[in-house]
Amino acid sequence: MDEPVIRIEDAVVCYREEVALQGVSLEVKQGEFVGIIGPNGAGKTTLLTVINGLGKLVHGQAWVLGMPVNKKNAGLLRKHIGYVAQVENIDPRLPISVRETVMVGCYGRLGLVRRPTRVEQKNVERVLELVGIAHLSGRPIGHLSGGEYQKAAIARALVQRPKIFLFDEPTASIDPQAQREILNLVQLIHREYATTTLFVTHDLDTLPSICQRLILMKEGKIWRQGSPEAMLDREVLSQLYGVPFALENTILSSMVGRR
Amino acid sequence: MSLSILQYQFMQNAILAGLCAGVACSIVGVFVVTMHLSFIGVCIAHAAFAGALLSLWLGFNPLIGALILSLTSAAVIGPLADRGELNPDTSIGIVFSLMLGLAFLFLGLMSGSRTEALNLFWGNILTVTRGDLTVLAVVAAVIVALVVVLYKEIQAVICHRQVALAVGIPATLVFYGILFSAGLTVAASLQTIGGLLIYCLILNPAASAYQLTYNLKKMLALAAIFGVVSCWAGLAASYFLDTPSGASIVITSSIIFALAMALSPKRKVRKWQPVQSGR
Repeated sequence: MDEPVIRIEDAVVCYREEVALQGVSLEVKQGEFVGIIGPNGAGKTTLLTVINGLGKLVHGQAWVLGMPVNKKNAGLLRKHIGYVAQVENIDPRLPISVRETVMVGCYGRLGLVRRPTRVEQKNVERVLELVGIAHLSGRPIGHLSGGEYQKAAIARALVQRPKIFLFDEPTASIDPQAQREILNLVQLIHREYATTTLFVTHDLDTLPSICQRLILMKEGKIWRQGSPEAMLDREVLSQLYGVPFALENTILSSMVGRR
Repeated sequence: MSLSILQYQFMQNAILAGLCAGVACSIVGVFVVTMHLSFIGVCIAHAAFAGALLSLWLGFNPLIGALILSLTSAAVIGPLADRGELNPDTSIGIVFSLMLGLAFLFLGLMSGSRTEALNLFWGNILTVTRGDLTVLAVVAAVIVALVVVLYKEIQAVICHRQVALAVGIPATLVFYGILFSAGLTVAASLQTIGGLLIYCLILNPAASAYQLTYNLKKMLALAAIFGVVSCWAGLAASYFLDTPSGASIVITSSIIFALAMALSPKRKVRKWQPVQSGR
């Protein structure tokens, strides 16, 4: 049971001439909620892509759900990993509805040729209700607002029935109210489904208060890690971001206030 | 209007060729229009043309060369974009320029009359042989079967390729398969529709259907209907007005596009009315 769900050893990832991840080692336990923060270009997204096999290691190794992450296993692993990225620009004319987009979540697990059964269809309806966009299910996906689109992306990941959730700045570029709804949803899902969750953000205001461990990344390395209470220190954050830092009356201060 | 034209063998072949090419090209068109890879039709058509010219120069059946070069181009475009970290449009442009160069090279190397070679440019649906028809029918059947069997994967990849990859769908394989099916369709339709006009039959019916619905199944069905109607109406126009068949087909498909554009519900803007005060 104590066997980590995610284990990364000395991972190095390069994009052309640039080293995006420099010798990162990490272990994440089953059911843990890990926040990953750091400035832009710190390697946060790259770390997530190492876990779901979309990033190519030039050195080191990664094991997820007990399997080594390699070309052979990556497709299989991704079926068990829900991935929610930032809001992307979607063509408003795309011929796919919200319901169909959410249904895509189960396609990997179903495999080629097999079609979704009534069980999958019911699951999609249930998840659409859960994330609060059932009334939008017939709309073209390109017609949703940023917050609604992110809810659809979370619903799609939920339909996968993932063992691991990766959130890559899911609240970026959306309004504060939608951000709050998404964060509440992320926390609800983590509690309900007891998944292992990694949540990346560069905006500390959008760090879920449920976070159990905080990883601070800088220049492709894990700079520090520990409890949110220990990491959310004015001095530490000022060093991480290279600017003076003040803790505002946000979710951040509520996390620190848990002490 | 007389139905006497149907008694001619060449016209029966042409009608069946229009059905097969209309369905196959339009379905492939839906894929490329949705993925914003419209230029791929032009690129693969030129590859098929270059291949057919090479075959003619070497004394083989043009279909063999057309198939080889169009499938090779389709197979190269995807990996070139992925491994070279290029925009797919750039990758298509690179392959297109090479194929155009090869076409001119082979045309220059050919001796004697180049009528047969130039016929490939315009195509002629009225001279389709039983052999051409068989190839077209097989290709159309393969394309339809692929859509039926792999509908959910195709929909996921053409609408959200990165998401499809992230949920464990073999998205890269499906994407390359889509490009490959485009190569197959263009090569099989080259002699019937012509290298210059084939991409119009790929683009126009799909773009027309794109104007009318947000539902992929309806879009595929509408595109296929528009493709077949373009071929048949163009064929009728060609017969009765004595106009070139390829040009008539393309002009018909353009008229359908104009009508779809005019009637598109996607362009409708809800009428705005100021809110009335309570009294």
